[in-house]
Amino acid sequence: MKLVPSSVRFLKCARLERMITKRIIPCLDVQDGRVVKNVKFFENHRDAGSPLELARAYEAQSADELVFYDITATHQGRKLMLEVASQVAESVMMPLTIGGGVSTVEDFRSLLLTGADKISVNSSAVRDPELIRRASDHFGAQCVVLSVDAKKRSSGIGWTVHVGGGRIDTGLDLLEWVERGQALGAGEIVLNVMDADGTQSGFDLGATRAVAEAVDVSVVASGGAGKLEDFYDVLTIGKADAALAASVFHFGTLTVPQVKAYLRSRGLNVRDG
Amino acid sequence: MKVPIKALLIDYGSGNIRSAAKALERAGFEVLVSSDPAQVAAADALVIPGQGHFRQVMEHFDASGFREPLLEATQRGVPLLGICVGMQMLFDSSSEAPGLAGLGLLGGHLERFETGQNPVPQMQWNTLEPVGDSPMMLDLPCNPFAYFVHSYYVSLDSEIDSGAITDYGLPFWSVVSKGNIHGTQFHPEKSQAIGLKMLENFRRFAEKN
Repeated sequence: MKLVPSSVRFLKCARLERMITKRIIPCLDVQDGRVVKNVKFFENHRDAGSPLELARAYEAQSADELVFYDITATHQGRKLMLEVASQVAESVMMPLTIGGGVSTVEDFRSLLLTGADKISVNSSAVRDPELIRRASDHFGAQCVVLSVDAKKRSSGIGWTVHVGGGRIDTGLDLLEWVERGQALGAGEIVLNVMDADGTQSGFDLGATRAVAEAVDVSVVASGGAGKLEDFYDVLTIGKADAALAASVFHFGTLTVPQVKAYLRSRGLNVRDG
Repeated sequence: MKVPIKALLIDYGSGNIRSAAKALERAGFEVLVSSDPAQVAAADALVIPGQGHFRQVMEHFDASGFREPLLEATQRGVPLLGICVGMQMLFDSSSEAPGLAGLGLLGGHLERFETGQNPVPQMQWNTLEPVGDSPMMLDLPCNPFAYFVHSYYVSLDSEIDSGAITDYGLPFWSVVSKGNIHGTQFHPEKSQAIGLKMLENFRRFAEKN
């Protein structure tokens, strides 16, 4: 039987015109199995709680996704991250992204097997761009997230890609790198502009917009969220598809529902849970 | 007391299926995860997960030996649910792997979203608009949101009885139902309360079967 759906649509509910829904994504930095958050890069860590408790709390708040970023350097800590990921994936019914220290297709595989949906790569992809292609070929572009730390050039024109938690300037041009990442098979870009990160003085709108205009995949803005307007600005002026934040959510400055209510009041589509 | 419905979650090497197993348990199924095609015969309901490239997923599935027992079971009327690429596999073919035969349980072909308008893959929460009276769509709130991650979609001229349509630059089938065959383009196991409700709907359908 062939149907012409426009004539058979079952209009029980008022029809909404909303194809695009902006996502609000809390990010949790994990070290040795516990969530921490640098207030600024290189400064003191503050303990903001257990990964599982935070994941459940964010699920209850209708966060759209969760990102766990493993900042542990040791092998032992890595194994803890796998345990954390499995526990969380079994306990919450929402999309999970895991990043940090992923450098091989095998790393992808073991994280995906825990129940993670997307895996993000950063420095390892700069060192070995073909990692993006290999992972994308094996597991599909939908689970390969290219996370990029960028900083404005000292000349003030454009941005370069940094690695090693921002310590090392690779000299790679930001826009060239994200275009290449997409061509290699990344299904999403997370852009963290380090000039803004941890300052709570707003996302970098210029860099975010430049990246969003350079690629066809989704762009997640990260770094700098402090107040409600920051989210609105980066999702409109910055053209981001999603906004990621940590401290403002972990320490209760803002809640996810509060951000969504604000965005809705200003005419953006968000999921209401 | 009701006898629990035994769902076989088919493990043919498509990657993570733990979240799906947990979600099915939460929806009230007794879940067996197995890579043994002999288990198909005893299952009250079948679930095909799937993520990744259509060709790889389909080739893994065929190599696993599940095709024949699955087709035989669905002919007997055993309820089947395909999730994401597991749903795409129910169709005849996909532009992602031209020339490769899907399971052919539903007539239709998968097309790719065009780039330039919206981000591809679609990676977001989007709403479901019910069409007809799919058992999967019972008792859902208005404009329910589900979590999508995909670049290929089921076009509207596919042979579907009922389900739901979602818009992403163009309308496509996001929930498909035809007799005992059901599928969701999104991940119910990642779609919070709405996803859980839909898995419960699938369980109720299987109970009545």
